[in-house]
Amino acid sequence: MTDETAVVGGGRVLTGAEAIREGTAEAMRCDPRVVIMGLGVPDPKGIFGTTLGLQEEFGARRVFDIPCSENAVTGIAVGMALNGFRPILTHQRVDFALLSVEQIVNQAAKWHYMFGGKMRVPMVIRMIVGRGWGQGPQHSQALHAWFAHVPGLKVVLPVFPQDSRDLLLLSVQDDDPVIFIEHRWLHGVRGRFDAGEPGLPLGRAAVLREGKDVTIAAFSTMVLEALEAAKRLDADGISAEVIDMRCARPLDTETLLASVRKTGCFVAADIGAGCCGLASELVSLVARGAHTALRAAPDAITLPESPTPTSPALSAVFYPRAPHVVTSVRRMLGLSVDPDIFSVPEGVELDKPDPAFTGPF
Amino acid sequence: MDPRVNIFRTLLRIRLVEEAVAEHYTRWKMRCPVHLSIGQEAAAVGVCSMLRREDRVMSGHRSHAHYLAKGGDLRRMLLEIHGKSSGCSGGRGGSMHLVDLDAGFHGAVPIVGSTIPIAVGLAFADKLAGRDNVTAVFFGEGATEEGVFCESLNFAALHGLRVLFVCENNLYSVYSPMEVRQPVERSITGLASAHGVGASQADGNDVDIVRGVAEKALRGVAVSPAPKLLLLDTYRWREHCGHGFDNHIGYRTEEEYLAWRERDPVRMLRERLVAEGLLTKGVEDALSSEIGCEIAEAFEEAEGASFPRAEALFENVT
Repeated sequence: MTDETAVVGGGRVLTGAEAIREGTAEAMRCDPRVVIMGLGVPDPKGIFGTTLGLQEEFGARRVFDIPCSENAVTGIAVGMALNGFRPILTHQRVDFALLSVEQIVNQAAKWHYMFGGKMRVPMVIRMIVGRGWGQGPQHSQALHAWFAHVPGLKVVLPVFPQDSRDLLLLSVQDDDPVIFIEHRWLHGVRGRFDAGEPGLPLGRAAVLREGKDVTIAAFSTMVLEALEAAKRLDADGISAEVIDMRCARPLDTETLLASVRKTGCFVAADIGAGCCGLASELVSLVARGAHTALRAAPDAITLPESPTPTSPALSAVFYPRAPHVVTSVRRMLGLSVDPDIFSVPEGVELDKPDPAFTGPF
Repeated sequence: MDPRVNIFRTLLRIRLVEEAVAEHYTRWKMRCPVHLSIGQEAAAVGVCSMLRREDRVMSGHRSHAHYLAKGGDLRRMLLEIHGKSSGCSGGRGGSMHLVDLDAGFHGAVPIVGSTIPIAVGLAFADKLAGRDNVTAVFFGEGATEEGVFCESLNFAALHGLRVLFVCENNLYSVYSPMEVRQPVERSITGLASAHGVGASQADGNDVDIVRGVAEKALRGVAVSPAPKLLLLDTYRWREHCGHGFDNHIGYRTEEEYLAWRERDPVRMLRERLVAEGLLTKGVEDALSSEIGCEIAEAFEEAEGASFPRAEALFENVT
């Protein structure tokens, strides 16, 4: 993945990881009720750099490690949220958070509703999606669709450093539980960063690039692939609108449908599996809400229906990339597809986020 | 009123409420599962009578006794079980989701063991905020088979939290007996002490004994903040879920049931108080009559109250 997001001009440039750390520190400075807890939070690596220095600034009472007890600690965070705190709980992979699904789905998501509005559960659960360098079947799952299925949860997937910080602040300020899905490959991506009020509210999608021929709506790293695809399509005279969905729940149907009504073609691109996934959900929304505008059948770009392979040879063909998006759009428009489009340029290794990376995660 | 007569009154009130729920159930107006506390009242009353109002209680699926013993509002409980909008959870929870924050009853859920870590979280928040509230969490012995129980013991011990884990062992997880679930040579108190949590076992049907062990545990917690576990042996009289009896279906014997009925928590205290000259037939009749009126009025209100409006479907949906 190339460093597409670095912006020249005003403001600071931070990595995604630095932006999450900045956002966490801002939230903690603004509100003494905010605490951050999780396996490795205060350790020397600090959750890929996202929590470095926090314990030094805010002390061990507000920044602390936990036992390997994901389910209990999630319940403990619920209890803390019910009793005056605003905990941020971190998981180094989504896959570990599965141990706590009971507390997330049955308890955190329901508490406000099932006790007649008497209590609220303001908590943020950070889950990191791994990819490449042999992450394999249990270190790379993108399961935001699971959580988005549950009324009572909010699910956000920031892409750019600025948005990572903005959505983290908004998630911490939210009175309800928010699942904050980070992609490991976005931790190293650099981008413009400004403090100040978050731009878009939680639940709003961002139109990153306007276009008139096709709408590409994407989640997480697929937003970067969509932007790259749009650039390549543009070179061929095809104007693609790219939407960063930002949140899987609530979904910004309005922005999505307005775009499709304008372009008449739709491609959804997600980092998760296809069946019952977010890309299917977007296609469904478009089919129900904008079918008269469609000039062609919509498409969904997702992971193949297999667990994540570990071998670099297999992971290279496992993840969809910009060429998949380009192919989808060209077919949709009845255009030919270059048979060499999927060939990998010399020196590019698809199981690494960037050429400088040497593993392990 | 003598404090122990007041304890008797609380025991009797819970018994009469639960019997009234059972009796009214076949009107089919209470359209949610009910897990009645009959037979297990002494554990709830004994522990809650030793807590302060500002102390906190959480519970599981069989929570009516805990809610009432902590001072939860009876009217709002019956309204809730009837699915009415003025119920303690607005009709969104039912019997398995009781709450009364004013009384310090912070909620109950039917997923076995799930309030245990949440209670630990309440206690952790109290510690971080410098408050000395105690949180008591009630659960059945089945919950000690959940991983989250051990995780919660570990966390509470690690952080020295003021948590009273109260395990009511009624011998059955639904219809599954202890011998198919837990090794006989390993005790539940042993599980607790292995996690660094001081534990004691007591007769959960004798409210005086429960009060004694609860007082001792709470005194320890007050002196040096640390979790404690009480294992209280008791027995559910009625069916696991519902208003009837289920001895006939073959998972336990009538003899076992009758032996436990001999150890009726209400009767045991009544006989003791009568022998000590603290309770007379006249006083008990007056208590029963007063409680009976309160229950009758609460049922009348619950049956007559309005349901949530259809437009309120999305109320408190975020």
